[in-house]
Amino acid sequence: MTALDTASDTPWLDPDGQTPLVQIKGVTKKYGDVTAVDNVDLDIYPGELFCLLGGSGCGKSTLLRMLAGFETVNGGSITIDGVDMSEVPAYDRPTNMMFQSYALFPHMSVEKNIAFGLQQDRIPKSEIKDRVHDILALVELQDFKKRKPQQLSGGQRQRVALARALVKEPKLLLLDEPLAALDKKLRKQTQFELANIQEKVGVTFVVVTHDQEEAMSLATRMAVMDAGRFKQIGTPTEIYEFPESRFVADFIGSANIFEGRVTEDVADHVRVKTEVCDVFIDHGESVKMGSKIWVGIRPEKIRLTKADKPAVGENQASGIVEDVGYLGESSIYKVKLSNGQIIDVTAPNQLRPMSRQHGITWDDHVNISWEPSSAMLLNS
Amino acid sequence: MREARTQIAKPTQRPLHQRIMRRLQKHWQLVIVTIPFAWLLLFFLAPFLIVAKISLAELAIASPPFTKMIEWTDNGIMTIRVVFDNFTYILEDDLYLNTYLNSLKISVTSTILCLLFGYPVAYAIVRSGPVAKPILLFCIILPFWTSFLLRVYAWMGLLADQGTINNVLLAMGVIDEPIRMLYTEFAVYIGIVYTYMPFMILPLYANMEKLDGSLNEAAADLGSRATNTFFKVTLPLTMPGIVAGCLLVFIPATGEYVIPDLLGGGNVQMIGRVLYNEFSRNSDWPVAAAVAIVLLLLLVIPMMVFQYYQGKASEES
Amino acid sequence: MQAKRSRFLTVMLTLGLAFFYVPMILLVVYSFNYSKIVPVWGGWSLRWYKELFESREVWSAVSLSLQIAVVNATFATILGSLAGLAMVRFGRFKGRTLFGGMIVAPLVMPEVITGLSLLVFFITLNQLFGWPSERGFATITIAHITFSMAYVAVTIQARLTGMGQDLEEAAADLGAKPFKVLTAITLPRLTPALISGWLLAFTLSLDDLVIASFVTGPGANTLPILIFSRIRVGLRPDINALATMIILVIALCVAVAAILMFRQQRADQRDRKMAEGEEH
Repeated sequence: MTALDTASDTPWLDPDGQTPLVQIKGVTKKYGDVTAVDNVDLDIYPGELFCLLGGSGCGKSTLLRMLAGFETVNGGSITIDGVDMSEVPAYDRPTNMMFQSYALFPHMSVEKNIAFGLQQDRIPKSEIKDRVHDILALVELQDFKKRKPQQLSGGQRQRVALARALVKEPKLLLLDEPLAALDKKLRKQTQFELANIQEKVGVTFVVVTHDQEEAMSLATRMAVMDAGRFKQIGTPTEIYEFPESRFVADFIGSANIFEGRVTEDVADHVRVKTEVCDVFIDHGESVKMGSKIWVGIRPEKIRLTKADKPAVGENQASGIVEDVGYLGESSIYKVKLSNGQIIDVTAPNQLRPMSRQHGITWDDHVNISWEPSSAMLLNS
Repeated sequence: MREARTQIAKPTQRPLHQRIMRRLQKHWQLVIVTIPFAWLLLFFLAPFLIVAKISLAELAIASPPFTKMIEWTDNGIMTIRVVFDNFTYILEDDLYLNTYLNSLKISVTSTILCLLFGYPVAYAIVRSGPVAKPILLFCIILPFWTSFLLRVYAWMGLLADQGTINNVLLAMGVIDEPIRMLYTEFAVYIGIVYTYMPFMILPLYANMEKLDGSLNEAAADLGSRATNTFFKVTLPLTMPGIVAGCLLVFIPATGEYVIPDLLGGGNVQMIGRVLYNEFSRNSDWPVAAAVAIVLLLLLVIPMMVFQYYQGKASEES
Repeated sequence: MQAKRSRFLTVMLTLGLAFFYVPMILLVVYSFNYSKIVPVWGGWSLRWYKELFESREVWSAVSLSLQIAVVNATFATILGSLAGLAMVRFGRFKGRTLFGGMIVAPLVMPEVITGLSLLVFFITLNQLFGWPSERGFATITIAHITFSMAYVAVTIQARLTGMGQDLEEAAADLGAKPFKVLTAITLPRLTPALISGWLLAFTLSLDDLVIASFVTGPGANTLPILIFSRIRVGLRPDINALATMIILVIALCVAVAAILMFRQQRADQRDRKMAEGEEH
């Protein structure tokens, strides 16, 4: 993967640079009347770890299975490394998949499972032996090669599945919920291992997941999917900090959303009038004057202060604390604003809340405010 | 040597058997479907259609003993002869009508008896401990592997005038002379319930086993007494098992031949037995075929219900 | 559901099991009876076993039944698993509904109808093509294959559906062509189902009386046909002896199967322990 070293870290920003490894153009998949994937476009570049994120039934797995060749495409085309895949059967594709269930062959040992793919390519026996040995070393399972899958723990099975898919050195590795079957603690640890292995072997990964934390920590870029369409494609930071729509803002993390109208739109700032207050945003956005729009503010970006006087001015409002949830490291406050809307505010618990004197609690009158850079403009 | 040379000259031309193998490998999926499909068409559907055809013919002194459906006259005109006489004959003749009704009465009653006795047994197995459960289940399945005929025969020994039951009762002084049990309808009921009981218990067991045990606890927690819980929770949820079990007993019992013959003797008329005799002794093929078709019509609805449930069950799993 | 059994259920269970087994036990006991009249006890004896072993009629019926059962089980397993595979793994194809219907229909078709239609069919064939010239081994075997393949197909279908398609997809993903997937993954995974399908077909064939009676010809008596012809007239002690022998053979087979199953269970347990030991 020398190409990767010379190329930029963000090839998707440079339209004339590297050619994408995977080009998905107008791909549609229908099951009877149900459209599982609806006319999607996507380019994935060599060396990326791309996450498809979405709820169940959003079409992410179907898209992955179309890349692998298990599902036929109803419309549009998939190209991998310049080759159109529409006529290529699963067994001839330069892709390998790690299944959610791992799909390890129960009647074969670890070693035989891993060698299976190489045998199909009629690779000489000695080479198979070497490659199996190397990949077992990579996933640290040398001592378990004679075991059957059912004699392994969950984490070990997961690594065998990864090794079996990687040993064929595919151009593209597809991972279907790779961590879903592991328990929570092991999942966190494996998350980083997976990213490390990807970096070591340099293979392009496409990961399907429903877990946003997993996607955020793994991905170079990710796509948020809903009802067969991409809602937004971008780096984890872009998706979290600059969601384009109410759906994305609400799906990734949580957001307080106000409806409003654009009253000022110039190069370096935007102003939106909402029922709660005027929202000032200190950077330009392409919006239309006078149009209906939504403003989102993340709960952790809101300051909460006890107040006697109601707040006046932009980026601030007043309310009463309706409820407090203690989460340990932080607390979540439900604040009822004067217009009746309830917003969430989270604040770290820097002090032990033993004595309630200094803290904010039920029925307190509070003011909320946020930085001009914090508000996010969202379309429907 | 000569062969070798021609092969070198034409490298694309492979030997025939290799080409056939290649073809096979390419179209193996077609082969896999075709072989069993062809078998069933030939040995299941075709025979059945022939029976249907014969049921619409008339008895004739010929070999085979019935008239042809399609005949060609000398000047090349095709005539189709379809006769419904056999059916009207069956339905107007009290013998056949009564036999059909009697078969239905016996099979329905036996099905209900199987359900009444099988349900608690299945429930008891489900409620047994982890060690006893597989053993009990095994005990239920075991008779299924032993010969059907011998299980019926075992009851002949019990029910005969000089059979075990009469001997025991006589010895105990309960009765003075043997009760006639063998060659009565009672014996037929015993035989059917005995041989078909596993078909009732197993689907019931499979259905109950899937039920969540905490449902009973939840019902009790909400103040329901055991009987109420049974009728309001357990019974409705085991309905699929009840339907499957009942059909598995009812369908074969209706057409039963061996049990009425061995345990009922000549005294119990069931349609399977009449059909067999009609065919082998009287060799009246058209009437026998019509009797078969009417029997099938009687069973077609339960059979379709069964297929529907089978399909639904396999989709769920 | 958990272990909690009311007294009523225990009583029903005991009665049920007694109902199942008392007749069989009595059947065995009377096979050792010296008396010619079955239910009248005449002292212990093995004379009916001697008679049984000396009867050529019985031996030829046993041999015919076993031959038919083995050939039937083998063909029914092949045809039935092909049918099951086609139904579960080939998606939609032309005539699938008819095919599926024909697979299940023999399961619920009354035996007398299956027997009757096959006999009529064989006679028609004979008139048209001169085959089968006489009925016996071949016709009974064909008839048995036709209904027992349905049982095998249903067994295989259930197993295939339960297995899911993940492993086959994984093999294809690793470069195995469809035929290779079938031989390397699907068939090995199906082995237990194939074995039980074979055994089921074997038993069904050995057990069948009605269909065989229809399609057999003079001189070709299977064991059930022989037994039936003898017990039709009443109780016969030699049949008790024969029944005991059959029950003994079945009990042996069942014991072997139970031991094998027990071993498999132990191996599974060992595997699980091994896997748990590797946690962390």
